[in-house]
Amino acid sequence: MTTLQHGFNTATGWMVDLGRGAIFLLRILMSLPALVFKPRLIIEQIYSVGVLSLVIVVVAGLFVGMVLALSGYRLLVGFGAEQALGMSVALVVVRELGPVVTGLLFAGRAGSALAAEIGLMKATDQLAGMEMMAVDPVKRIVAPRFLAGVIALPLLTSIFCVMAIGAGGGYFVGVEMLGVDAGSYWSGIQSNVDFGEDIINIFLKSSVFGAIITWVAVYQGYHAPPTSEGVSRATTNTVVIASLAILGANLMLTAVLFGSN
Amino acid sequence: MTPDSPTSGPSPHANDNLVEVRGVHFTIADRVIYKAVDLDIARGRITAIMGPSGTGKTTLLRLISGQWRPARGTVHFDRAHVAKLSQNQLFAQRKRMGMLFQSGALLTDLSVFDNVAFPLREHTKLPERLIRDIVLMKLEAVGLRGARGLYPAELSGGMARRVALARAIALDPEMIMYDEPFAGQDPISMGVLLRLIRRLNDVLGLTSIVVSHDVKETLGIADYVYVISDGEVVDHGTPQQIRDSDSKWVQQFLHAEADGPVPFHYEGSAYAEDLLNGSRP
Repeated sequence: MTTLQHGFNTATGWMVDLGRGAIFLLRILMSLPALVFKPRLIIEQIYSVGVLSLVIVVVAGLFVGMVLALSGYRLLVGFGAEQALGMSVALVVVRELGPVVTGLLFAGRAGSALAAEIGLMKATDQLAGMEMMAVDPVKRIVAPRFLAGVIALPLLTSIFCVMAIGAGGGYFVGVEMLGVDAGSYWSGIQSNVDFGEDIINIFLKSSVFGAIITWVAVYQGYHAPPTSEGVSRATTNTVVIASLAILGANLMLTAVLFGSN
Repeated sequence: MTPDSPTSGPSPHANDNLVEVRGVHFTIADRVIYKAVDLDIARGRITAIMGPSGTGKTTLLRLISGQWRPARGTVHFDRAHVAKLSQNQLFAQRKRMGMLFQSGALLTDLSVFDNVAFPLREHTKLPERLIRDIVLMKLEAVGLRGARGLYPAELSGGMARRVALARAIALDPEMIMYDEPFAGQDPISMGVLLRLIRRLNDVLGLTSIVVSHDVKETLGIADYVYVISDGEVVDHGTPQQIRDSDSKWVQQFLHAEADGPVPFHYEGSAYAEDLLNGSRP
């Protein structure tokens, strides 16, 4: 087989996968209205993908905030502009790092867990068993997990941002350790972070990221070959594909949401 | 009904069949699993599908339940063409079927009680009090009422299958399909399962399909038997007719002979040639 043929076959395979993924997403979206009557399923999954991801998000938020404050201070102090530290940390975190880093952490923690869980359910005939009980696994298993991801990621992103900017993160290093004035730190954030432009947009961004990550994860798990290698590959694919998709989507969303400024 | 050459055809209960399989062809990748298989499952009886491993016995259950569709031929369940049913119609039919998977297929994050209650909670609006009573009755039928608080990981293989059986009968189906129910069971569990299958079939008026390669056990409880090999029905009849069969396929299978019409070795190049030539695996 020539390289050209191989490349063509690979590209065709991707297109087929994308088409199947789109049909699968459509099935999930059509299953969502029925979840109104089963809120417990969603709450359980929000706990599973959201609450259980809290530790990694909180810790990462603290470290990212501290590093940003440290490096930002060294840059700003050279121009005598260290009072702008709060503003610079907040804008970087809220506009870019918050949604992207939380999304990457979410893909690694919750996305991989979702793919492995659904893949194992398939490998152990649990999904086939549900179908035999006339229960649609897409409605009962996949759709609640998808919706939980869309709800949980914006909340996790908010927590990440608060941790990075707030008392334990950027504030601790900037104000407590490096001596930046606390009033300047907070007023810089207050006057430069816009609720409509920044806060609403991070919710939009992270909701889109949540949908992408959980879509990739449930698709990979649901279509994984029912073997240990198949489940392992689905887990790896989820992290790789979802991470790259988030970075690509972030570029597009940033261009759309902040491009006119 | 004991020809020497492979045969296929319906059982003598053609007017009272719950399932009818006609001319079914089925392939997985390039491998032919079935070539023009005909068979009937009579109402109220235990029909066994027997044959060596890898002959597609489980595939037949998946075709009957509509999980897979044949390339050619038809499968009818209670006169409904299974492959032509919409998803809603198929799910309506499946509420009339139960299936016992070889692995049990219990939901691992639910307790024994919740596993048996699962189909009731999904398909009925019964109050929780009534669901509790039904679940306890089903678990009592399989002897595991006392294990209702355990999780699947805490059960033995035999217990898991009995829980799966309780779940399969939770909605009072008309038909139950058993996929290798005796595989890997100790003698006590096997005896319990044998008695359960026979008793549930007779007491609840079920139709049962037992897919198995355990000769003695299966012939002991079945009313009618199909023997499948190489994608075809090689013989069918009552257990006694199967025991008396002069088909070489059937005799090899019944007497566990290593070689015969069903080869022990998977098809490949000559052994000596393989050893002498090449370094590839």
